[in-house]
Amino acid sequence: MMRLLFICFALLAASPALADGPIALLLKDHKFTPSQIHVKANTPVVIHMTNADATAEEFDSTALKVEKVVAGNDSGDVHIRPLSPGKYPFMGEYHSDTAQGVVIAQ
Amino acid sequence: MLATLLIVFREVIEAGLIVGIVLAATKGVARRGLWVGYGIAAGVLGACLVAGFAGEIASLFAGSGQEFFDAAILLLAVAMLTWHNVWMAGHGRAMAQEMKGVGAAVSKGERPLAALAIVVGVAVLREGSEIVLFLYGIASQGGTSSAAMLLGGALGLAAGAAVTVLMYFGLLAIPAGRLFSVTSWLITLLAAGMAAQAILFIQQGGYLEYLTGTLWDTSWLLSQDSIAGRLLHTLIGYNDTPNGLQIIAYLATIVTVMGLMRWERARHPRRRLAAAE
Repeated sequence: MMRLLFICFALLAASPALADGPIALLLKDHKFTPSQIHVKANTPVVIHMTNADATAEEFDSTALKVEKVVAGNDSGDVHIRPLSPGKYPFMGEYHSDTAQGVVIAQ
Repeated sequence: MLATLLIVFREVIEAGLIVGIVLAATKGVARRGLWVGYGIAAGVLGACLVAGFAGEIASLFAGSGQEFFDAAILLLAVAMLTWHNVWMAGHGRAMAQEMKGVGAAVSKGERPLAALAIVVGVAVLREGSEIVLFLYGIASQGGTSSAAMLLGGALGLAAGAAVTVLMYFGLLAIPAGRLFSVTSWLITLLAAGMAAQAILFIQQGGYLEYLTGTLWDTSWLLSQDSIAGRLLHTLIGYNDTPNGLQIIAYLATIVTVMGLMRWERARHPRRRLAAAE
């Protein structure tokens, strides 16, 4: 039963396009999870980023027009404007070799 | 090390360009170096403070503290740039005429200098706080690689300073008689770009979410990610995917600054200019 519940939650978490609330994004060891975020096109969404690393990181994306610093062991909301369908890469600017991700609007 | 250099350089470019423009716009004004120095020093100090309290600032206004902070200091810079241009519209012509002879008129320039020092301080603070956070993160990791990366950071800063020098001497190549009008145009566009950027920050904070649809997309022509795109973004507010409210803010700023300059010019008839001729 617990496992079933867990799978349900995992599925819910994996399909954030269906959710209206903030989309969870975790940064740990300078890597984003999930590294692909699916959103509905032409709808504003909020990504709630949790920085589990000790140092600050900047969620940076020129495609999304976002620059948001999240302090170490802290979290912050990133507001995403309504997007036309497409891929919008983002990165953690301070560790861009590993901290990479993409928002996919469809 | 190269990656660090590039990251720091990217952040420093904007402040570097603004300092270069401010220096050119105040050419011949007494003690401008001192005021610009104050601005840079205050900006660095402020950057360290902002970096130190990044978490606290971010948690203000329901987690949108950083966005509103950025928007507020950008709008402060817009106000100061406007003030400078309007003041110069009234006094600049006379100043340019009398610059060689009369020291008193030149020292009047201290009033817009205070405004421009604030602009410099704000530019350094905005980009500087990100550099401080970034370098602090590197330094706290320790080890020899972090020493190399800090060196990269220092070189990035030096490259940013080189941008200032290039901008300054580039502008000085303009004949002195036209320098004032060129710099006042540059400052007007600088202010308009900052106003549009402030709108974006406010929208990211979850307010003023009107006309947020992208009006056009010129990223195929010139990406804002490229160095040229970044330079133009700072200088004239180039944005490859602007939204409606940003365009309105951009145009409204230009119209306001130009209107105020015209009004100020009308209040100061060209009497002094005629006397000097």
